[in-house]
Amino acid sequence: MEFKFTQENLERIKQEFKKYPEKQPVVMKALYIGQEQNGYISNEVIKEVANLLEMPSEEVLGVVTFYTMYHQKPMGKYHIQICTNVSCMLRGGYEIWDNVKEKLGIENMEVTEDSIFSLEEVECMGSCGTAPMIAVNEDYYENLSKEKVEEILESLKQTN
Amino acid sequence: MEKIVLPEIENFHQIDVYVEQGGYKAAKKAFEQSSDDIIDQVKKSGLRGRGGAAFSAGLKWSFMPKTTDKPKYLCVNGDESEPGSFKDRQIFEDNPHQLIEGTLITCYAIGAKVAYVYIRGEYHKWIKLMQKAINDAYEKGFVGEGMKETFGTNFYCDIYIHKGAGAYICGEESSLMNSLEGKRGYPRIKPPFPAQNGLWGNPTTINNIETITNIPKIIENGWEWFAAIGEPKHPGTILFGVSGHVNKPGIYELPSGTLLTDIIYNYAGGVPGNKKILCVIPGGSSMPPLRGDQIEGVKMDAESLKEVGSAIGTAGIMVMDEDTDLVKVLARITQFYHHESCGLCTPCREGTGWMEKVLNRILNDEGSYGDLDLLISIANNIEGNTICALGEAAAWPVRYMITRFRDYFEERVKKEVMITVKNKVHSMRQTAFPLDDITD
Repeated sequence: MEFKFTQENLERIKQEFKKYPEKQPVVMKALYIGQEQNGYISNEVIKEVANLLEMPSEEVLGVVTFYTMYHQKPMGKYHIQICTNVSCMLRGGYEIWDNVKEKLGIENMEVTEDSIFSLEEVECMGSCGTAPMIAVNEDYYENLSKEKVEEILESLKQTN
Repeated sequence: MEKIVLPEIENFHQIDVYVEQGGYKAAKKAFEQSSDDIIDQVKKSGLRGRGGAAFSAGLKWSFMPKTTDKPKYLCVNGDESEPGSFKDRQIFEDNPHQLIEGTLITCYAIGAKVAYVYIRGEYHKWIKLMQKAINDAYEKGFVGEGMKETFGTNFYCDIYIHKGAGAYICGEESSLMNSLEGKRGYPRIKPPFPAQNGLWGNPTTINNIETITNIPKIIENGWEWFAAIGEPKHPGTILFGVSGHVNKPGIYELPSGTLLTDIIYNYAGGVPGNKKILCVIPGGSSMPPLRGDQIEGVKMDAESLKEVGSAIGTAGIMVMDEDTDLVKVLARITQFYHHESCGLCTPCREGTGWMEKVLNRILNDEGSYGDLDLLISIANNIEGNTICALGEAAAWPVRYMITRFRDYFEERVKKEVMITVKNKVHSMRQTAFPLDDITD
């Protein structure tokens, strides 16, 4: 499927060019915008970004695969990220992780059949003082318990 | 005790409140002096980097070449990904303008016209807050070309945010620069050091968010004032992030040299259920852990922690009570470093995976005595053999956890010693010719 940035997004990327002496540093932002528009980073997004920034598409692919926040397949509408690193683990991170896995019936990096939820076990998100935590898309939820997470999932289901 | 980095003033994050409280006056004061004077004051203040290495900030600045035609850059490191540290987000949220003012002064001191604030991608909310603060500062003429008029100086600089995308390694300064250049975040071989060959081959300085946020107060109150706070060899306040088994986890800004027990029991409210402490990691997950019976009298500053065989790191204190499964903790820490290893250097790429496998074996009650020595051997073979410090970060917890908790780990492995077969060919022959046949 062909991919072209919308005029508005193209403008956003052009704004970024002002920050750097070269075009290549914009690749991270351009990929974010591509992911936002397309839902995930397809080969076409990579090609389009490469064209725009005058980079070999292999190099853009290299950037995509290096960072965990770029997804090369569609994720759920609500991408649930659960931290299980030490500080969260000490305060029940794994109980939450196991419980959510069971509730949604999916494993790490999988998507529910209705495409509403996807799940990711993430490394430390910087919420050690408010552990355990989960993030839904861009929003942090902190100081959680198993029950509170169930409530969050339930309310997300409702709003959908 | 006065707070330097996170003062308890309501709405201090708003530019009007910040200015009302005397904000951006330190920058004006700095611009009236020579850049060498500023570097000298920061050097004398004894300010040491808060990102992990605790290197003298002033000394780092002084490495920047004075006479060069190349553009110079400042990177402010807010990648904050070390498990156990969560201090920078507090600065973005509560005191962004002091960070901006510190960035201006640092740019002036090192002669940079552009500063990049690198913030980890997961911090969407804090990136927005920081961007808002930067926009406000631009609008009021505190950043950008407007500075000329506001401060009555010829100097001006721009501040941009660069958003990361989820990679622990990008907190390492040379990886950060590669990431900023739009490449995979691999570390670079040093030398050349960033001060000679940094962003796009130009002189670059990289400082931690907390380090930079200290600068305006040092200029405002003088280096003597700062040098007198806390431990003389590591002066100032430190943002201690306490997490794990404590009643009141959170960030506590206290003078360096504050007793570790004081932080845990008085500030963080002690351990839930008054349980005993089994283990404390004093500076984020990569720093050598201390036994619960080692923490009495330990002062929290770089030199004092070195004496007891640990390091200050990012001052993220992780507390574990007596019921904690340390094998699980170490396996989880190692899983993290395995996941975050960029794969550039073989010892780290392979070694972290091996250590994780062996630790999971012990966790599943299938470990042997030999596994403990094997782990230490792998750790020793990673340390010092990699381009960046992620190797050490992965090796230290394993080596120190096992040596300091040897009795604990020995309890968890099989008692019998596995005998290795010296001659594999011979042993295979035996299988090929059953023993009965030979003895006949």
